[in-house]
Amino acid sequence: MTNASMIRVVLPFHLKKLAQVSGEVQLEIEGPVTQRSVLDAIEARFPMLRGTIRDQSTQERRAFLRFFACQQDLSLESPDVPLPEAVASGAEPLLVIGAMAGG
Amino acid sequence: MSGVRVLVGTKKGAFVITSDGKREKWKIQGPEFGGWEIYHMKGSAVDPNRIYASQCSGWFGQVIQRSNDGGVTWEPVGNKFEYVGDPGTHLHYDGTSKPWAFKRVWRLEPSLTDPDTVLAGIEDAALYRSSDPGQNWEEISALRSVKPTLWQPGAGGMCLHTIIQDPTNPLRIYVAISAAGAFRTDDGGRSWRAINKGLTSKYEIPDPDADVGHCVHNMAMHPSRPNVLFMQKHWDVLRSDDAGDSWHEISGNLPTDFGFPIGVHAHEPETIYVVPIKSDSEHYPPDGKLRVYRSRTGGNEWEALTKGLPQSDCYHNILRDAMAVDQMDECGIYFGTSGGQVYASADSGDSWAPIAKDLPGVLSVEVQTLS
Repeated sequence: MTNASMIRVVLPFHLKKLAQVSGEVQLEIEGPVTQRSVLDAIEARFPMLRGTIRDQSTQERRAFLRFFACQQDLSLESPDVPLPEAVASGAEPLLVIGAMAGG
Repeated sequence: MSGVRVLVGTKKGAFVITSDGKREKWKIQGPEFGGWEIYHMKGSAVDPNRIYASQCSGWFGQVIQRSNDGGVTWEPVGNKFEYVGDPGTHLHYDGTSKPWAFKRVWRLEPSLTDPDTVLAGIEDAALYRSSDPGQNWEEISALRSVKPTLWQPGAGGMCLHTIIQDPTNPLRIYVAISAAGAFRTDDGGRSWRAINKGLTSKYEIPDPDADVGHCVHNMAMHPSRPNVLFMQKHWDVLRSDDAGDSWHEISGNLPTDFGFPIGVHAHEPETIYVVPIKSDSEHYPPDGKLRVYRSRTGGNEWEALTKGLPQSDCYHNILRDAMAVDQMDECGIYFGTSGGQVYASADSGDSWAPIAKDLPGVLSVEVQTLS
């Protein structure tokens, strides 16, 4: 028995194209399911996405990206706070959203 | 020479426009990387199938793409541009000091001798080199030791936009930064010095003749005469005959000497091209007439080239990286506009025709001459 969770992530259009994926991405996460552990898993599987969601040096979320799940905006949560149980269980996806800047 | 491949970076993707040697019929491919800003694309002179592209977005940051098959397929490579050490601060628009921070890659300049080596000029201004080809980037940090606290952003940002390699001396590189000026290394990047003597910027900086702080928009060189440089400054078109040690103005009879790109004819080192723009407050051609100006005397005496270009109601801009020349026997000249047109001349500028009319705003134009 492992401590792994299979979670779901929905990437925005441009990052799907860059990563050459369609639909949701499914990722296995060892340990706590947090923004940081999910982003670590995304970047490990899709190295071309490094730097496109969070800064490669500071690890800070890019200003025009948001994280939504379970009808909540989780963007300003600490990256080490556990994501909602529904995300950790795979019942709900984590949405990576490009902010509605520019109309 | 079998044809040409024009690499067009736009505000919403990359386009590749090709033609045979006659340059009469054109095929447009794209957009590649649709929806992203493509600041610059350039192919290797050693291996024309090796092309690098700077792909960026206000949402998703910087991506560097590399093609090994002439732009048919692409793969993302390294996009980590870290400054060496604490980069400190530079002047900001409001006169305060602001920390250096990476924004985007403005220029990708492949080595003249090695297809795996490429230089990159970034905003906030710094110079990088990759030798693996594009996977890892290392800053050539000595450049930022030349009075960096006095560098400041121009209207487009504090960008290193021009990189010129001396084909006769691999240790000599020129760069230009808006708004810091022109710089040269003679030892492969270990040390740099400002080469701005003769530049005067009365309305841009407090000391008009300062060593650094000038808003250089673009520079060009003919490979057969690497000590002769041409410059389009914010205002003024200038020339140096001593590798940048000193400059003198060659604006002559231009209707305005504000503008962005400057180019040199492929086979005539004294034939140069600029596109005058009305002013730094009005970024469009004077009188609504899109005119390229050509000097066959290395400056001062200029003629307007108008055949095939709109001569009324044209209010586009032509950005600093949006002009290129090919190497065909009859030299071709190309430029793109902020309105999405790409114009080409297959007769050294005597006549022009659009090769693309409705692209997104053009950020950069490069051309490869294919054999």
